[in-house]
Amino acid sequence: MRRTRENPEVHAGSMADIAFLLLIFFLVTTTIETDKGLDRKLPQEDNQTSIVVNERNVFRISLNKYDQLLVEEKIMSTDQLKDQVIAFLDNGGEVGTDGTYCDYCKGSRNPELSDNPKEAIIVLNSDRNASYGMYVNIQDQLAAAYNTLRNREAQRLYGQDFDQMEDRYYAPESNASEKNILKERVETIRSLFPMNISEAELNVQSQNQNL
Amino acid sequence: MAKFTKKKDGDLPAVSTASLPDIVFMLLFFFMTVTTMKDSSLMVENTLPNATEVKKLEKKDRVIYIYVGKPTQEYQKVFGSEPKIQLNDKFANVDEVGTFILAERAKKPQELQNVLTTALKVDKNANMGLITDIKQELRKVNALKVNYTTYEGDAFNNLQ
Repeated sequence: MRRTRENPEVHAGSMADIAFLLLIFFLVTTTIETDKGLDRKLPQEDNQTSIVVNERNVFRISLNKYDQLLVEEKIMSTDQLKDQVIAFLDNGGEVGTDGTYCDYCKGSRNPELSDNPKEAIIVLNSDRNASYGMYVNIQDQLAAAYNTLRNREAQRLYGQDFDQMEDRYYAPESNASEKNILKERVETIRSLFPMNISEAELNVQSQNQNL
Repeated sequence: MAKFTKKKDGDLPAVSTASLPDIVFMLLFFFMTVTTMKDSSLMVENTLPNATEVKKLEKKDRVIYIYVGKPTQEYQKVFGSEPKIQLNDKFANVDEVGTFILAERAKKPQELQNVLTTALKVDKNANMGLITDIKQELRKVNALKVNYTTYEGDAFNNLQ
């Protein structure tokens, strides 16, 4: 038999068909899903110890069944919430033993608002018939308030935004030494403005009985 | 050897399809990267709310999903139109959430069992009472890390 001089060419005409087949398979079996969200940590169940908190350190938010917001006994729209929370957290009204204020707070030192961001607690109550969309909106506003303050402090101390620092810290490609520095910084900032959001247990229990 | 007949003059030249595979492959890779595999078909309406301060969920094998929402049209006749919980492929009551979490946790490898997150994929029109009950159940089984899964977007759109 005579050998052909040239190598036979692979037939590429059906390549498009194969690729289309794969494409359609992926279109059918997959969905565009979101993997983003708000991370929260629930309190331990047996944590029933009651702590005595000064009333000025508590910021009360209630959500009723008509999705209306009651903040510190006043009806408020959600877009004002962030500023109110910032004013509350950043107030720094406490006078320390040596006569100085909380040195990183830039608030108005209003005697009605919190002593110190470390002691400030936000209490969020929601009615059973409130909508989840509204609840997420509030959680988002609270997170936005904390992030604004944390970014400000991170800028002041390290010249970098807090969320960027956190992203770098959780990114798998950052190396160990960088992570160590970031870990310490992230924890410092978090301790300056710890996120204390309580979703009052008591209310939940009394409402469960109505079921 | 076959002899090729010469093309007649005046015929339109055929559009070259040589680059078609490349184009389709490009599309294919696009879809492969932006989508994720479906692991359970949704039986509830699931329009997630929007939020801006979102964090990306960590690795998929460390997440347990709970879906909440109104049953879709085809299930409404049987299950009514009140928001329900969907665990894997079936509807469930609130008191089944705890056992579901424990069962899912037992399926995961030992080293991951302590770092699991529960992703709550809840329709934005669901009511808070159900969510509060789910959270109580999660606390009972000590599944404390939760993630309210959302789309990224302006949270004020949630109210419409």
